[in-house]
Amino acid sequence: MMKFMSGNEAVAYAMKQIDPDVMGAFPITPSTDIPEVFAGYVANGEVNTEYVAVESEHSSMSVCIAAQAAGARAVSATSSCGLALMYELLYVAASSRLPISMACVNRALTGPININNDHSDSMGARDSGWIQLYAENNQEAYDNFIQAMPIGESPAVRLPVMTCMDGFITSHAMENIELLETAAVKAFVGEYRPEHYLLKKDNPLAIGPYDISAYYMEHKVQGAEAMKAAKARILEVAAEFEKVSGRKYGLIEEYRLEDAETAVVLIGSSAGTGKAAVDRLRSQGVKAGLIKIRVFRPFPGEELARALAKTQAVAVLDKSEGFSANGGPVFAETRSALYDLKDRPALVNIVYGLGGRDIRVEDFERVFGRLADIAASGETGPVYVHMGQRSQAQEVMA
Amino acid sequence: MIHAKDINEKTPWQELTPGGEIYEAGTARLYNTGTWRTDTPFFKQENCKHCMLCVPYCPDSAIPVQDGKRQDFVFMHCKGCGICAEICPFEAIEMTPGGAPK
Repeated sequence: MMKFMSGNEAVAYAMKQIDPDVMGAFPITPSTDIPEVFAGYVANGEVNTEYVAVESEHSSMSVCIAAQAAGARAVSATSSCGLALMYELLYVAASSRLPISMACVNRALTGPININNDHSDSMGARDSGWIQLYAENNQEAYDNFIQAMPIGESPAVRLPVMTCMDGFITSHAMENIELLETAAVKAFVGEYRPEHYLLKKDNPLAIGPYDISAYYMEHKVQGAEAMKAAKARILEVAAEFEKVSGRKYGLIEEYRLEDAETAVVLIGSSAGTGKAAVDRLRSQGVKAGLIKIRVFRPFPGEELARALAKTQAVAVLDKSEGFSANGGPVFAETRSALYDLKDRPALVNIVYGLGGRDIRVEDFERVFGRLADIAASGETGPVYVHMGQRSQAQEVMA
Repeated sequence: MIHAKDINEKTPWQELTPGGEIYEAGTARLYNTGTWRTDTPFFKQENCKHCMLCVPYCPDSAIPVQDGKRQDFVFMHCKGCGICAEICPFEAIEMTPGGAPK
């Protein structure tokens, strides 16, 4: 069934089709529509969900943790400062191995205060133990949310899943998307049947105990192993999803990469603009390609190394400033992933699009132009630069 | 399913429960946390009126009650916080320095 929907509406509709037991959410721009639309479903009796109105995101995630521990399926949605306010609880959810599903509508973090898109919110949570899936468009936002529970709830994984989409660009733009039948979504997602849960009366359970140094490390190793196991599970779920939807998903998406000499690596909605630039350059005979990272946690390091092994120069585009003075988070991990290759491409980092700063096809063409120079000269030049800012100086990409 | 009594500091990570979940109640009985105690309460039985004020004020389980009578301290979980001595209206509890009972 084709329907004209915003990214937020698409995720709220996926939640409606799943009919989770509990939603704990607090409205924050630009994810507000998700709890708002879903609250409408609750009020109209279209779902059986217990909607818990809370006073903060710290509480919304606490509600989800408690509900999931009790044996219920819990969902949430948030953005930016809301995600930041959940920070402590994100770790509690992941380390207690509670497979909560949450939509993160990416928005810049304050300050100065800004409500527009970049990835600084979810990138800040990248080490919390949550699986992170990123959508390029409304269709992917819908599809990723439906895949979240079968991934996170798998016994080998048991980790919470954050499905991310770009604020406003994806969350508010209207697109025609293909919806699955509700029965097909319910069958795909299945029932939540954890082995242990607080409301199981014949099995007393305590969760979240104090973990002294003689045990904490072992539990962190368990979490790390679960994150490794998630890679295979994400691909398994994607294969099952392809059977019901006809749409194919992986850890990364390679676009015109087979014989590419230069390539960009990025996350989210900018991939659409990047693909348009690649098409334009290909029509001029330039061997340009693109990789979109769909799954950032677990990080697809081996897959990126394989895909980029034959390229000559690569630009990793970060939509968040990590303030490491050494490049953004996507760059740091991509460069690390390529280190073991015998012949590595030259790699540069371009931080772009902060706080809603636009990126156009022409900007991608300039990136590919610089990559062509690097490939021809063998000189990488400045490795970590910003793009799109006003400057008094003649900067590399500004 | 592994139980708390079968878990110790030699248990490998593969055998520990996910996230440290505990599949039974009352496992505090397995751990002598009284070893942390720095000060120790001393029960002066002759002053005690069995008003029971100290019992709910104890943050742990160090003051047993039997047949409506407050019994002497059980030190297995007593940390020596001194709340019982502070709250007692009859000077029936005296804090003594060190972890060893007087």
